Amino acid sequence: MSIGLTHYLVLAAILFSFGIFGILTRKNAVLVLMGLELVLNSANINFIAFAKFGGLNIQGHVAAIFVIILAAAEVAVALAIVLNIYQNYRHINVDEIDKLKE
Amino acid sequence: MPQLDIFLENLKISVGMFIPEFILTATFILAILFDLIFKKSRNISGYVTLLGFIVTGIFLYLQVGTNYRAFADLLVIDDFGSFFKFLILITSFLIVLMSLLSKELYSEHRKLGEYYSMIAGMTFGMFLLCGASNLIMIYLAIETMSISSYILAGYTKEVKRASEASLKYVIYGAISSGIMIFGISLIFGLTGHLNLFEINKFFATNDVDIFALGISSLMIVAGFGYKISAVPFHFWTPDVYEGAPVTITAYLSVASKAAGFAVLLRFLKVTFIDSIPGYDSIWTTLSGIDWNFVIAVLSVLTMTLGNLVAVWQTNMKRLLAYSSIAHAGYLLMGVAVLNDTGAASVLIYFLVYMLMNLGAFYIVMLISNKIGSEDIEDYNGLGYRAPVLGVCMTLFLISLTGLPPTAGFIGKLFVFSAVINAGYLWLAVIGVLNSVVSLYYYVKIFKNMYLKDVESQKPALEYSAPAIILLMVFAIPTLVFGIFYGPIVSWANNSVHIFLGN
Repeated sequence: MSIGLTHYLVLAAILFSFGIFGILTRKNAVLVLMGLELVLNSANINFIAFAKFGGLNIQGHVAAIFVIILAAAEVAVALAIVLNIYQNYRHINVDEIDKLKE
Repeated sequence: MPQLDIFLENLKISVGMFIPEFILTATFILAILFDLIFKKSRNISGYVTLLGFIVTGIFLYLQVGTNYRAFADLLVIDDFGSFFKFLILITSFLIVLMSLLSKELYSEHRKLGEYYSMIAGMTFGMFLLCGASNLIMIYLAIETMSISSYILAGYTKEVKRASEASLKYVIYGAISSGIMIFGISLIFGLTGHLNLFEINKFFATNDVDIFALGISSLMIVAGFGYKISAVPFHFWTPDVYEGAPVTITAYLSVASKAAGFAVLLRFLKVTFIDSIPGYDSIWTTLSGIDWNFVIAVLSVLTMTLGNLVAVWQTNMKRLLAYSSIAHAGYLLMGVAVLNDTGAASVLIYFLVYMLMNLGAFYIVMLISNKIGSEDIEDYNGLGYRAPVLGVCMTLFLISLTGLPPTAGFIGKLFVFSAVINAGYLWLAVIGVLNSVVSLYYYVKIFKNMYLKDVESQKPALEYSAPAIILLMVFAIPTLVFGIFYGPIVSWANNSVHIFLGN
């Protein structure tokens, strides 16, 4: 059995679901950000798989590179915010940061 | 070689069309540089930013009337985009003026160079979003504006509420943009293109699997819905609005919503609407998704939840947050009808919403400058302690409810008439019922200001002349546009044609 487009898409879907699951269940802010990386990279797998197997143009590869760069920028800002949270609260447990009422 | 020639020609013209964005980039850099050079003056980068916005506005004005697909279809320059760019630019300008008067930002000897340059950076991102016609460009522009706004929301970083707000904002924002990029990758797989015009051509000639298309385009709309705080994606709004500095709350509630609506309208129109010339004012949908129904359901959920929850709020910023969710619902009604009248009503409503909402937040900021509180209970007797503010607040609240003779009435009138003309009577009825609910919580503020603590012994609140002049900049147009609404209506009608590239 050769590996085809479907395998990549299923892998991406599984990664996406794991990412969302991680974001929803983790308490540590850094682990939430790691879940986010899974979500973004699942989109990357989709882009590259479609570009390779669909016989499509270069756009898929370009898109993946942009997503990688933006993920880095976003996580840099997010980590700075988490650091600031740590300075104010002395912990980064997302569930206990609830001064603003729900 | 002719291909290369065409490409270079396009690039040359595109760079000329990109001047407003270039100036914003220069403003971004100069604001930081001036802050570093003139260490003594804390306002200098604010003045640089104001100047940059004025120059941007001049070049933006020179662009009005052109229709061009710039940078190989990455961006479209058209009057629809220009309208929203003007709206965003005016909002940014007023927000910088408000920030110069804010006590909250200037406490703790904070450096404000980065604050003003981040506002310029966010404006840049929103400008790109207004013109983006490529899915990757849309994603990049949303991220550019979001990353700036995460920082701005937590700018007062020693305040616990603000840092919590920025954490919640960054997590929700990152999830929604992650879902959006996954949707984009699926659309790319389905159609083989990222360019909206090419996707439209693909839909016009091919049949697409409706289930996959529905899932992926809903994922993309979720990303936009997050920006405009439509209901299933609104969870961040109250917390972020309450925790962030008032100026940034006002900015998020107007400018980033404007950019979100610009991109939502352009995405729906360019991608899913049959683009045969001559028929494009009717907006026939391709591809089998009932967008009218989807957006109408979003709209009903958004305004109903926004208004019903706002009734229970005791914090002014939180109340205005829910009220801004409700207003997003009214605006979505205009989008749901999917025709040019509906789109024009969205533009009119947005112009009006900008004035009254910024005005209301400005008064919240002025009052919290003096009494250090945003609690509605602390507004007791303020109508007597600060008469000018009381009268103006009443004006903005009447306008937000949508009663004549204010501009808010004109906005609601055009939205509701567009909805009824398109045959969605049930949607209009729900909208009117919601306006009635909104009257209750707006009047509650009025009641606290005028009918409670009437014999107050507390001292009157004094405000400087610049603060009052800026207040008049919001209040007078809110009143005047309620009577002379001709100019805004004709501007909106001229700007409503989204360039389809024919």
